[in-house]
Amino acid sequence: MTDLTTLSLLEAADLLRSGDVSSRELTQACLDRIQDTESKIHAFLTLTPDLALKQAEDADQRLTEWRKEGGKPLPHTWGIPVAIKDVLCLEGVPTTCGSKILEGFRPPYTATSVGRLIDAGAVVLGKTNTDEFAMGSSTENSAFGPTYNPWDLSRVPGGSSGGSAASVASNMCYAALGTDTGGSVRQPASFCGVTGLKSSYGRVSRYGLIAYGSSLDTVGALAHSAADLLPIFHAIAGHDPLDSTSMPDPVPAVDLDGTDLAGLRIGVPKEYFIEGMQHEVEIAVQEAVRVLETLGAVACEISLPHTDLALPVYYIIAPAEASANLARYDAVRYGPRLEAEDLREQYFATRGGLFGQEVKRRIMLGTYALSAGYYDAYYGQAQKVRTLIKGDFEAAFKDVDLIACPVAPTTAFRLGEHSEDPLSMYLEDVFTLPANLAGVPGIAFPVGFDSDHLPIGMQLNAPHLGEAVLFQAASAYQEVTSWHKERPSL
Amino acid sequence: MALTIEEVRHIAQLARLKLTPEEERRYTEQLSDILDYAGRLSKIDTTAIPPTASVLPLRAPLRPDAVRPCPPQELILRNAPSDQEGMFRVPPVLDT
Repeated sequence: MTDLTTLSLLEAADLLRSGDVSSRELTQACLDRIQDTESKIHAFLTLTPDLALKQAEDADQRLTEWRKEGGKPLPHTWGIPVAIKDVLCLEGVPTTCGSKILEGFRPPYTATSVGRLIDAGAVVLGKTNTDEFAMGSSTENSAFGPTYNPWDLSRVPGGSSGGSAASVASNMCYAALGTDTGGSVRQPASFCGVTGLKSSYGRVSRYGLIAYGSSLDTVGALAHSAADLLPIFHAIAGHDPLDSTSMPDPVPAVDLDGTDLAGLRIGVPKEYFIEGMQHEVEIAVQEAVRVLETLGAVACEISLPHTDLALPVYYIIAPAEASANLARYDAVRYGPRLEAEDLREQYFATRGGLFGQEVKRRIMLGTYALSAGYYDAYYGQAQKVRTLIKGDFEAAFKDVDLIACPVAPTTAFRLGEHSEDPLSMYLEDVFTLPANLAGVPGIAFPVGFDSDHLPIGMQLNAPHLGEAVLFQAASAYQEVTSWHKERPSL
Repeated sequence: MALTIEEVRHIAQLARLKLTPEEERRYTEQLSDILDYAGRLSKIDTTAIPPTASVLPLRAPLRPDAVRPCPPQELILRNAPSDQEGMFRVPPVLDT
């Protein structure tokens, strides 16, 4: 019998439909795989095997009925084991955001994205590791220890959705939900050699996503290919009255048949090929653009002139929003409490003692940027420069349908490499931040390996709500290449 | 833009964070570095540029003002570090 965990999501879905395997068998295979490899990877913060096996049994029952009914539409997510980043709430299941300040918290409700995925038949294996409150690019900022890159255990998986990326890359699940505030789906997807979607701002409900930077936060997903991601996207996307920033626009059906990209205009921004970036990354991305050209796309150089300002803008706006969002952790309604003599001292003791170094650093930075006398100089100015960055994308999308660029300047770096210098860690996000500031969607997918056999990723960006063309272009590329089929040996 | 350790202590007061002397020292250095880097924003002429508060077209969607069920009190209190008689329990706020 073939190892079920090496299948793609769509291959597994076909076997479920034909009745050749059951969801219970797939789920058990994933749980066994986790049992065998999790001690090396540490992708999960919480495992939910009992819930998963119960959901799998329900899925199998529905599949049996579905086969008798014959031909009715059924989502391809039905009976598929998935993982959920631990910043998304699932009722009754511990949700920590990788932080000691939420240790033991069991949400009284389920995030819309998670609930919709479960309603579409998915089986939840557990909650995945993340940088604390999604603040980081390596998953080293988790209060519960780092995740290790399945391609090289001495390296980081990227972050903040590092647990989700590593769980997919090491065949522990078929897909995982992640979130992307400054690159937190795309960069770990790139480092782990999987495909990751950052949805448009407003496309996927954030109800039940524990807030970090509210003008930037998006929910996304990771899987082995664009074709595997599509049914996940269709399960979670669409308007939600519980999230006032979710867009009412319908989510289009996407046809992935064929590899014809005739006439598709792809812009390659010259500002994304910078001094100091890894040469192999540059070469692999340019080669991938040539592959897209062989499929009919037309590529040209474009300019996004304010790209170098995205990093300083992001590291004012995101901490400012974080400092406001994280004010809620007061040890009154949930979370552990460090006792003190009076309420005020209890706030100081609990927040000082239970938030990690990076979270405190960003709260401090954001508090400063919003404080009297500095607001206009920092936050106000950053919001204005953000308009220029958004304008770069709007101008570019008058001439091109897609933007193609690297995901990160390098492949996966070593654990501890950036831990003494926060600014050098922030520079890892230099190519992913602009899409969040502009609100546009992006997809990251593997386009090669470097000389250390570490995956290299490319990113495509489309206009706001333009996910369909991202799926079509990435899927066409994956039809004629096999980078996404490579798996790490563990 | 160099921050002083006094400014760092003041920010920590505003943010309700108790810092160790080592953290105060480290954040003084690191926040100064980051703010120095962010200082390049001040060189951009934005006199005619409006701020982007949201990337979405501004709208204020309305919903029916209907009564909806909410989770029961006991479920909400279940996560509380301390509760009493259906209320969140906290240490003294005022001197007695």
